[in-house]
Amino acid sequence: MRQYQNVFTQVQVFGPPESGVPVDFAARERRGKPVLNRWLGMLGNAQIGPFYLGYTGLLALVSGFLAFEIIGLNMLASVNWDPIQFVRQLFWLALEPPPPEAGLSIPPMAEGGWWLLAGFFLTVSILLWWTRLFLRARALKMGYHIPWAFAAAIWLYLVLGFIRPVLMGSWSEAVPFGIFPHLDWTAAFSIRYGNLFYNPFHMLSIAFLYGSAILFAMHGATILAVGRYGGEREIEQITDRGTATERAALFWRWTMGFNATMESIHRWAWWFAILCPITGGIGILLTGTVVDNWYLWGVKHGIAPAYPDVWTPVADPALPMENAQ
Amino acid sequence: MITTIRNGLALVFTGLLLQGCWEAPPMESEQLGFRGTGMLQTSNPDLTEPKLAANVLPEPLAAVPVVEGGPTAADVYENVQVLGHLSVAEFARTMTAITAWVSPEQGCAYCHEGANFVDDNLYTKVVSRRMMEMTMAINSDWNSHVGETGVTCLTCHRGNNVPEYIWFEQDGPPTAGGMAAKGYQQNHAAMDVGSTSMLSDPFSKYLTAEPEAIRVISQTALPQRGDARHESSTQATENTYSLMVHMSEGLGVNCTYCHNTRAFTSWEQGSPARATAWYGLQMVSNLNDEYLEPLGPTYPEHRLGALGDAPKTNCTTCHQQVNKPFAGASMLDDYPIWRPEQ
Repeated sequence: MRQYQNVFTQVQVFGPPESGVPVDFAARERRGKPVLNRWLGMLGNAQIGPFYLGYTGLLALVSGFLAFEIIGLNMLASVNWDPIQFVRQLFWLALEPPPPEAGLSIPPMAEGGWWLLAGFFLTVSILLWWTRLFLRARALKMGYHIPWAFAAAIWLYLVLGFIRPVLMGSWSEAVPFGIFPHLDWTAAFSIRYGNLFYNPFHMLSIAFLYGSAILFAMHGATILAVGRYGGEREIEQITDRGTATERAALFWRWTMGFNATMESIHRWAWWFAILCPITGGIGILLTGTVVDNWYLWGVKHGIAPAYPDVWTPVADPALPMENAQ
Repeated sequence: MITTIRNGLALVFTGLLLQGCWEAPPMESEQLGFRGTGMLQTSNPDLTEPKLAANVLPEPLAAVPVVEGGPTAADVYENVQVLGHLSVAEFARTMTAITAWVSPEQGCAYCHEGANFVDDNLYTKVVSRRMMEMTMAINSDWNSHVGETGVTCLTCHRGNNVPEYIWFEQDGPPTAGGMAAKGYQQNHAAMDVGSTSMLSDPFSKYLTAEPEAIRVISQTALPQRGDARHESSTQATENTYSLMVHMSEGLGVNCTYCHNTRAFTSWEQGSPARATAWYGLQMVSNLNDEYLEPLGPTYPEHRLGALGDAPKTNCTTCHQQVNKPFAGASMLDDYPIWRPEQ
């Protein structure tokens, strides 16, 4: 009896590589002779390849590379081409959007022009990659769940970097490219707009984020737990319910009275995952355009409670004295 | 069995890896605000105890008897511009104290050349005279910040010729310039602002003659029409944030020492310490503008910053990572001359 309590896959199948199902334009879309790798087999399928690149994939990689280079070379220039400082401070370095005074104009390269160009190529790359996912799903006569899920993430990306800045009339409202700088931006963005925690769409987004995590944990645990009865063959069990499904379903009915089915758990997971960036994107889109201070908005709508005073409340010392007293 | 041992070893190894990133527990947490608001002061005794131990006042010099109608320093010595009203004995005591506070190694010779105590030929004497005026001004004009505790030379100097924590204007680290994207003085590990990637020199912006607006948070729930809409920005907020990180680091406190972080801008929900800090910012801007910056031409080159500006003060200069310098103990009862009568 195999154990299913390890993160690594313990059973690997080694045989002739699979080239997959036949599709309409078969031959030229299967590049490379598949190989098997035992180490990759610990994590997923041991087989690497065949690959499909295609025009969309090729152009996505090229424009993604251009964006990556623009960002990386500007970061390298920001430490005066010093490779040691580049490595030491990599997490601190950034390519900043244009300053507030630039509005929506095309600024000089040094003052946000590179940021616009990098954003353009990154967006082209992401949209081409989306097209590639869509076309490959169609070629395999699959549903389009994967490209639509990716589109949900693209929505949040476009709101942050394009749609909201355009509505606000300033590129400076967008996010810098950089590890710590984009986190500092996130914190400052929340502070500037009076605390994003009082934004109901931020709340929803967090609920879906945490919800995704718990659904993922519950589902993964359930399937591993009935793996000894073939429970990982979920798809067969949708139509031909076996003892694994019955045990898993009864477990959840015993413990919480209700269970998802082998099929519906994947709908739960898909919707929770895509609603996280969709609601988050709505929340960002409303910030600064429709609501300027989420805390005050929360007070206005009765969702921010008042707490008893611990100190004698302090007046704003910048106010004229006659007001303060 | 083997699996258990292997997993156990993996856990211990991961634990050791993580240990390297931590301040070793236990931490202490003190509730400041109403329960549930997260207004806590978190500190690590391993780090705070040495700081508090370094913030114990030295024994004051023995008081000298007051002689009514006796000669003053100005009667006896030449060129005593600031402390001339003191009795000769009190003047000598004060000079001795200053020497211990500022130049314990060099002694009198740090400001006075040889036996000539009269001339202003050493720049240190000119600077220290202005510093005495500054100390008196802080204690008499800035009670809103220093309260009854006040400050002396020791508060900043702590036995150093130059206080340990000062600041100069910065150019930032070298960049390629030209067509490459500007860094706007951020996006490098900036030690003055808690090694964040934000504005590395918030002091030039906020702690000088005409400080920029620190307030960046909207005061209305809904956006305002017209120009008011663009008065603030996320960038300006990062810059304020960078100044606030400096204050937090400089005082060894969390954001919640002053703010209820659910609404940073709300004075009603913050602690009274926030008002004290607000006056502190006004004070520091004033001191830099009136006292420290104008001393630039007096200093020799090696005392100036890379851009040729005079050394200046920020929150850390006095506080030295403690919320109250010398844990709030006052020296003014022992050295009342530093708080002149109004």
